[in-house]
Amino acid sequence: MTILAKYTKLREHYHRIAGAGRDPFTVKFDAMLSPTEGMLNGRRTILLGTNNYLGLTFDQSCIDKGVEALKSFGTGTTGSRIANGSYDGHAALERELAAFYGRESCMVFTTGYQANLGIISTLVGKDDLLFLDSDSHASIYDAAKMTPAQVIRFRHNDPEDLNKRLRRVADHPGNKLVVVEGIYSMLGDVAPLKEFAQVKRENGVYLLVDEAHSMGVLGETGRGLAQEVGVEDDVDFIVGTFSKSLGAVGGFCVSDLPDFDVMRVACRPYMFTASLPPSVIATCLRSLERLQEEPGLRHKLMANSKRLYDGLRNLGFQVGPDVNPIVAVSLPSIELAITFWNRLLEEGLYLNLALPPATPNSQSLLRTSVSAAHTTKQIDTAIELFAKVARQLGVQPALVQTAAE
Amino acid sequence: MTTDVNDIVETIIAALVKTLPTPVTVTTETSITRDLGLDSLAVMDFVMVLEDQFDVSIPMERIAEVETIGDLARTISELRGHA
Ligand SMILES: Cc1ncc(COP(=O)(O)O)c(C=O)c1O
Repeated sequence: MTILAKYTKLREHYHRIAGAGRDPFTVKFDAMLSPTEGMLNGRRTILLGTNNYLGLTFDQSCIDKGVEALKSFGTGTTGSRIANGSYDGHAALERELAAFYGRESCMVFTTGYQANLGIISTLVGKDDLLFLDSDSHASIYDAAKMTPAQVIRFRHNDPEDLNKRLRRVADHPGNKLVVVEGIYSMLGDVAPLKEFAQVKRENGVYLLVDEAHSMGVLGETGRGLAQEVGVEDDVDFIVGTFSKSLGAVGGFCVSDLPDFDVMRVACRPYMFTASLPPSVIATCLRSLERLQEEPGLRHKLMANSKRLYDGLRNLGFQVGPDVNPIVAVSLPSIELAITFWNRLLEEGLYLNLALPPATPNSQSLLRTSVSAAHTTKQIDTAIELFAKVARQLGVQPALVQTAAE
Repeated sequence: MTTDVNDIVETIIAALVKTLPTPVTVTTETSITRDLGLDSLAVMDFVMVLEDQFDVSIPMERIAEVETIGDLARTISELRGHA
């Protein structure tokens, strides 16, 4: 019995998935040709699972800014924000993000994961209550593990269920924080945020929205779902990431709460880790500008998303409830999902294989994410490849629809 | 107190049998994760059903301490006592 013996079952599960073909957890690209194409095992492969929503990873102006910062500020900050890790760029990015969202304060984190982990676990203390959507991202669940607050789950995207759970503890004197996401990362479904905002107002609680997948995607100027449905005033905290529409790495939280800055000396995942390299900060500053300068990127992204969503649905595949850049095809078994994923990869199409327990309702998903940088032809090729593989595997999409929830 | 816990156990078992894919005999001593093969997510989902049946909030950190059906019933009984 070694210290790893507790993972025997997990290891067996992993080997069963990896043994069916390529190992989905260690896919390795030899080269990146563009935001939407890479070399995989010597083959040109369309990238349809990278969360690179605006396709800014190869934007020349972003690269130029990054290179410039790399040359003048060096490769890394070699320290945390509160020690020696704050450069001009870090403060500038915080100012620009606060301005973009029209908020007083912004804190930049080294990853989006750490932003959720730090902000949520620090906001609620031992006398407070934290309310989570049951389909929350791992970073939110991990924050829940870290906080001494009481944690209560409510049914996914169900404001009435949240309301019921809030009323049960109406007499509890602590502060209450509700956490939801803009677009959910597995199925691309959108939170009924207008209704959640109403529940928030009626119960006098705080509301945090993780706009990881909706920043740069939804809203009149790309601020996300809260902007799209006109409830920004009800949202006390917005968390986001640089790892998706901004094409880099990092995370942030913006807020109008007075004295929000005290979080800088209270929030451990902010304090005890090195800050982002100046080059990353510089590319993010530029990609945030690009996001605002070019709303056309967002429109192209949505047009591509609709084309893929409709194309797959017309073939008979079961897709998520909302048209969004995350288009997930649900297959009736883990085995079929693994085989289907392997065949698509052999055909030169890369996307994400998402399996239980990481998926809602234990679904087996082929998860795609669309980019503004995809050509119409690439989208059409992807749809054709889905049709071709379904034919080869003898799968009739219309007949494999699993019961939608 | 004990009759309360016994009633709760019965309600839990009735609810469990409805959600489990295969029929099993469940007693006070049954371990929720080991004997029923429920993963942590399934346990949390089942707890939401119980919260509604008993009209009580069962915080996640309390679920982590629960091993058997009897533990769960005692936790619910305690939480209801505080209500
Ligand atoms: C909903 C959600 N929140 C937070 C994160 C964490 O973001 P990051 O990749 O920047 O750590 C992700 C992505 O992984 C996500 O999907």
